[in-house]
Order: sequence, then structure tokens, then C-alpha cells
Amino acid sequence: MRHMEKIRLRDSNIFRLICFVLAPLIIIIMAGQKNGGYYNGIVCTFGIYALLAASLNLVNGFSGMFSMGHAAFMAVGAYTSAFLTLAPQQKINMLPGLPEWLQNVQLPLLPALLICGLCAALLALIVAFPVVRFKGHYLAVATLGLVVIVRSVLDIEGDVTNGARGITGLPSSASIWLIFGVLVVSLFIMYRLLSSAYGRSLIAMRDDQVAAQTLGVNLTAKKISIFCISAFFAGIGGALWGHTQTVISGQFFYFNMSFKIVQMSIIGGMASLSGGLLGALFITIVPELLAPLESGFVLFSYPLPDLYGLSNIIMSVFLVVLIIYRRQGLMGNSEILLDTFFSKNTYTSVFKKDEYKHFAKACINLCQRKKKS
Amino acid sequence: MPIDYIIGQLVNGLRLGSIYAIVAIGYSIVYGILKLINFAHGDIMTLGVYAMLIFMTMLGLPIWMVIILSMMISVCAGLLIERLAYRPLRSAAEETTLVSSLAVSTLLQNVLLMIFSAQKQAFLLPDYMTELHTIGSIHLSTMNIITFASVAVSLVVLILVIHKTRIGTAMRACSENLTAAKLMGININKVIVFAFAVGSALACMAGFMLAGEYKTVDPAMGFVPGLKAFCAAVLGGIGSLGGAVIGGLLIGVSEMLFAGLMPTTVTAYRDAFVFVVLILVLLFKPTGILGSRERA
Amino acid sequence: MLQISNLQVKYGGITAVNGLSLQVNENETIALIGSNGAGKTTTLHAISGLLKPSQGECLYQGMNLLKMAAHDIVARGIVHVPEGRQVFTRLTIEENLRMGAYLQKDRQLVKQNYERIYEMFPILKERLRQSAGTLSGGEQQMLAIGRALMSNPKLLLLDEPSMGLSPLLTQQVFEALYELKKAGLTILLVEQNAYEALELSDRAYVMETGSITIEGNSVDLIRDPKVKEAYLGGEI
Repeated sequence: MRHMEKIRLRDSNIFRLICFVLAPLIIIIMAGQKNGGYYNGIVCTFGIYALLAASLNLVNGFSGMFSMGHAAFMAVGAYTSAFLTLAPQQKINMLPGLPEWLQNVQLPLLPALLICGLCAALLALIVAFPVVRFKGHYLAVATLGLVVIVRSVLDIEGDVTNGARGITGLPSSASIWLIFGVLVVSLFIMYRLLSSAYGRSLIAMRDDQVAAQTLGVNLTAKKISIFCISAFFAGIGGALWGHTQTVISGQFFYFNMSFKIVQMSIIGGMASLSGGLLGALFITIVPELLAPLESGFVLFSYPLPDLYGLSNIIMSVFLVVLIIYRRQGLMGNSEILLDTFFSKNTYTSVFKKDEYKHFAKACINLCQRKKKS
Repeated sequence: MPIDYIIGQLVNGLRLGSIYAIVAIGYSIVYGILKLINFAHGDIMTLGVYAMLIFMTMLGLPIWMVIILSMMISVCAGLLIERLAYRPLRSAAEETTLVSSLAVSTLLQNVLLMIFSAQKQAFLLPDYMTELHTIGSIHLSTMNIITFASVAVSLVVLILVIHKTRIGTAMRACSENLTAAKLMGININKVIVFAFAVGSALACMAGFMLAGEYKTVDPAMGFVPGLKAFCAAVLGGIGSLGGAVIGGLLIGVSEMLFAGLMPTTVTAYRDAFVFVVLILVLLFKPTGILGSRERA
Repeated sequence: MLQISNLQVKYGGITAVNGLSLQVNENETIALIGSNGAGKTTTLHAISGLLKPSQGECLYQGMNLLKMAAHDIVARGIVHVPEGRQVFTRLTIEENLRMGAYLQKDRQLVKQNYERIYEMFPILKERLRQSAGTLSGGEQQMLAIGRALMSNPKLLLLDEPSMGLSPLLTQQVFEALYELKKAGLTILLVEQNAYEALELSDRAYVMETGSITIEGNSVDLIRDPKVKEAYLGGEI
């Protein structure tokens, strides 16, 4: 009987398959039925936030650095995407300052995304020198400075960016399938990167810089490279975001956005890509659940006033409480989600009878434990 | 460029800079002891301003009472925040406390947003405060003179406190070596509470001056000046009182000169300019102008 | 006066002190010797309240020190001179001494203490208004001891006072400590310089990897072959 106690539900591949692969897939398919529908919007937003949070975790959770500049890279990605995907006529009207060759270019979204990522990575490379020099919270502040500087450029260089009015009319070609396709591929790349020797040296650098150096890890190269890689994905995320909103402007890529992504990263767990996904889920869903409270709510037949900003308040309080009591975030170090997605065992388990037995045992185990308590 | 204009901009810069200086002092005092960048500092200022608005317009209290009551509210807020959001994180990494302070900042802004809405509200000073006095080519309102005077007085009082009083010396001891300070029998929690109280009261005062300048109030009004004041504190040497003042004045003056003298295409870069200064300072002289310890 | 039983202190994942028991009686000078990393400094930190032990008892005149905050422990008369002196380099000598007297309410007593310290360490009086950062290592040690004396200690904890000091300065410091001992002060001294420590103290404990391995009267330990071998340079 004792061996049954060791079988946890989360270790069962069948359970993981159902919970983490099939269920989300079904939700995505259902949401995808109605393009432009309410649920479609939420699921799309989640997909983009997941990409952003996971890419931030590469820097904040795995490399020992702390960046709050993700919004700046998103902005670069979004604007680059606008430059590349808008029709020439739109560009001539809104962005007269763009060079002619750029005005005449019009790419479909998918190839444009790659270029967006590269441009964001280029910005990261340009600012790499100070990034490597700063430590701790000074790096965080410097990256906030980057966000301010980028927004200033976007608001001011009106010829090229249409200033604070922003760019409207981005093609809404970011379908739910594109978003999740990009997300899965990106997560796969990040996942493999982290389990490689490169990833291990990052973690070594995070845990003890001096020791890592003595093992031959080139700290500067690692810091710069991971910062650029993270920015690459942030740029793609920003571009996708722009295409779901169809309007972009400097004000959307400011402190609020940067802080939101940091929140996701911390709530889910910085040292885990799966944590990024969980954090993104949290930040996407909770405000939606709280939305009815914000626009007037009737409690025991007393109409409460519009509590605008309530979800932000609750999220902030939750963040502080989490930081104090569970600093490693909801997921901690567990990489359960990605381990499930990218492991062969998950999918082959459908064919193995043993797996079903395992699953059954784990369920029975759970019921027994519940009965005991 | 007429010299009068330049002098005028200089005076404006000193005025703005004094406000930054007051806020920067609050950052420096807290950072010196706790090594914490309190991003909520600017929002405590906003809170104080809204308190003043309520006391002034809804309750019609005299100015001196308004200021005192609002300072008390700011101090209470600051102490509450220290107790709930920073004290439990004493042993945590510095980035963690930074995130906590940002969360508190967001919280404060949204609470004010919820209660007062995002609309700018008018902050009207009594008439005698806006009376203009002319010295040569410079026009100063009573409000402006009060601003300069308060900054000067606050600075003198603070220097006396820091150097002559028991708790002031304890603050200096704490900011150098917290462990040794504990071994002197110094209750560091009390010292930290004192630092937060002083900083919050100063922030409230700065808020009064800022609101008097711009005559409007909105929930986000404190955040950007708060950031600029932080840059000023770093520029002058974070942890140093004199540094905070010098940094504040420099930032204020350069912001005004930058805005007034540069061609219009560049002036909009005011905010970015301050951050560029910050990053350059951190890169090349992280201890700032007056700082003597290594930071960053 | 001070009774420690079964103390266990953990640093992160490492147990620095394990099952330590020692006793300090009034007017005694006790030495705690041992090599680097034995846990001596950790023990002092636990007594003065800078670290919280995971297990064990620490009673001072019947009071449980483990439930008290560091500043309260100082108020009760236990004064700790930390490793590396840790004077406030940006404060003047006078301000350092004043910080030592932070909790003292009796002005007369404070004045007397000042005089006593100037007598013991005349150089401090000379440099009163200079910042402590300008002092040499030996002078800083004297300032640290002087600062501790300003707190009117009933039990003085000293962590490696001779560290980094030349033999001549070490001699001076220990002479000062001897004066204090003669005046009746209870001292718990942690030292790597075993010889001086044993010369000065009445009883001693030898600490190795977290716990006490040898204890006894200092006169005996000085002649003990095991102690000689490990800490006193062996047979000449």
C-alpha cells in the first residue's frame, strides 16, 4: 500500500497531457472560433503576455540581472512591425519622414516578426555596455530610463512615428493561431537554450558570479547575449501586441506596461519559464474577473461607486504579499508546464497502458487522501 | 539671447530645483540607511497634495493648518508603507524591495485614481500667495519666495539635526554600518521610522510647492518629479544630504536651461534628458558629486 | 553570569555552531580560541543578538538573551566589540564615543567614562575631532574598545582584537585589556592569537568546527601538549 502514497497526480503523464496540453488546446480552439470575439481577445492577450513574461524571465530569473525595460523592446518591435506591414499609402500619410524604400515595403506579418525581433535585439546590443556595468537595482533603474528615453523618441520624432498620436490601422493579422504558433516555437527555443550548456552557465552566473568566472564563464558575453535574446522575443511580443490592438503609441510602452510584465514574471516565478506562463495567465484573467466590480456593483442592494483601478490595487497588494511570503513566485523553480509540452513522454503516454494505470492510481490516491482529511 | 531671459530661466530652474532637492533629500536619507530606492516617495507627495486639496477646498481650513495636517497624513502613509511593505523585506535582495516600492507606488496612484478620478483638479492658492514682487527683472510671487525660504530653512534644520542631535548622529552611524549601530544599543527600527517620517514630511512640503507652481493636481503628478528627484539624489551622491540639494538644484537648473535655450525640437526631451544624465553618472561616477562610497 | 547551553547556529545551509556550551562567571576573563572558521565569531554574534540561533539556550543573569533584540541586549550591559573593529569611519572620534554612550542617561557617569578612556588611550583625546577613518588599525582598535566602554559594559565581548595588528600594538591592546580585567570587568575574548589570550584569561575554551573540544584553566591549557601542538606552535 505504501508505494501508492508516492504517486502524485502531477507526476502522471496522462494527467499532464490532459491538463496542460489538451485543455489549453481546447480552450484555444474554442476561442479561435470567433475571430474578434471577447474570449478570442483574452486568449490572444494571454498568448502575447506569456511570450513577454517568459522572455523577461530569461534575464530576471535565470541570469541574475534585473531588467525593467521590456516595454522599450516591445515598442521597437511594434513600431518596426508597423513600418513593415502597413500599406505604402498609410505610411506616406502618417509617417512622411520615413525613407522611401521603407515606405514602399510591405511584408506579411510572419517574416516581419523576425525583423522586429532583430531590431529589438539591436537596441539591446546598443545599450549593452551600461547594462553589463550596472548591478542590482541600479540596473533596474537604468532600464526604466531606457523606457523613458524610447518613449520620448517615439513621441517627439513625429515625422517617423506620428508622435504621441501613434500609428493607427495596423493590419489585425495576428490571429490566435499565429500568436500561439509563435509562442510555442519561442518557448521551445528558450527551453532548449536553458537546458543547454549555455543555459547552465547562465544559471551558474546567477548563483555565484565569482565562481562562474573561475569556471571560465565569460560574464560579459553571457550578459549581453541573453539580454539581446530576451529583447528579441520582447520585440516579437510587442509587434504581435500591436497587431491585436491595431493602434500603437508611446504611452502604451511606458512604466505601466513594463511593470505589468515584471509583475507577471514575479507572480508566476522568475526562475521558471512556466512561471512566466502562469503569471501571464494570472494577470490576464484576474482583471477580467474583477472588471464587473470596477464599473459599478450592487452589494446587498447598495450600489457601490465605480471602483476604477480596483484590479490594479488588488494586483499590487497581491504582488507585495507574494514577495514577502513566497518570493519564488507561484511556480517557484518548477518547469512543469514546459516539461510537459516538450517531452516526448507526454505524447507517447496515450499509447502506453502503464500510463493509464499510473493515472488511475494517482486519482485513487488523491481521493483516499481527501477522504482521510 | 537677452540676459534677462537667461536669468529668468535660472531663477525658474532654482525654484524647480529646490523642489527636486527637497524630494531628493527624502530619497537620500532612506537610501543611506536602508539602501532602498523608495519609488513610492513621489506618490506620498501626491497623497499629501490631495490631502491639502481636501483640507483647503472642502474644509476651508487656514493654510498653516492645511500644511501641518497634510504632513501628518503623509508621515502616517510613509510609516505604514515602511511597516507593511519594506520592513518584512529587510533581508531581501535590493531588486525585491525596489519591486515592492513600485507596487506600492502603483497602489497609491490607483487608490487616488479611484477616489478622485484622473481628471486634473485645480489647486488654487489664496490670493496673497500669488502676489508678485519684482526684483530687478525677476518676478517672484509670494509662493516662490516661500519655496526658497522653506528649502533654505529645512536644509539648515536638517543639517543641525543630522550633526548635533543624538538621533541625527545615530542616522549617520546607521547609514555607515548598520551592524555596528545595533551594537551601540541603537534601535535601528526607530531610526528608520524617523528617516521615513522626515522624508515623507518633506515630500508633502515639496508637493505643496509643486502644486502651487502648476496649479493642478492629478494622481500621477508625483511620479515623474519623484523619478527626477531620484536622479538628482544619485547625481549629487546618494546618501549625502548636501549632495541631494546640489543634485536637485543642478537638475532643476539644467532642465530649465535646456528647455529655454535649446531649439524646440530638443526641448521635448526634457524627461529623457534627466535619465540620460542619471545613466551617465552611474556609469562614470556612481558615487555622484559629493558621494564618497562606492555604489552601483 | 552568562550561561550558554547547546547552542546551534546556522548560516544558510551550514551549521556554524553545534552543541556549544560555555559559562562565564562574574569578574572572570574567558578566552575562546580556535582556528579560522571554527565558529567563534558566530557564537559572539548569537550572544549579542545579531544572529538568531536555531537551537539552544543563552541565559544572562537569568534572562533569556535569545528573546531579546540586539539593542536591548546592549541595554542590559553586554557590549560586543565586533571583528574588524567596525568603527564609524565617517564620524569623528568624539562622535564614535558618543554613539557608544547612546543609551547612557547618567551624564556624570558618561563624563567619567570619557576621562577614563582618555587616560587609557591618550591618542584618542589628541585626535578627538578627526574622523575615525584617519586612524591606524591599532588606534581604531583602541577606539572600538573605548567606544564599548562608553556603554558601561558588565560583560565585554571582544572579537579578535589583535587581528591585523603588529606585535607591538597587540601588546598595547592586551595591556589595556589587562587593566580592565584588574578593574573587575567580565570579559569574553575570542582570539586567534592563542598565546596572548591564554596569558590574559582565567579559563579558556578551545573551539573546533562548531563545538568546544577542550576546556579548562588557562594556566593548564597553556601547558597542555594538544593545545600547544595545535595553537601555540608546538614544542620549541
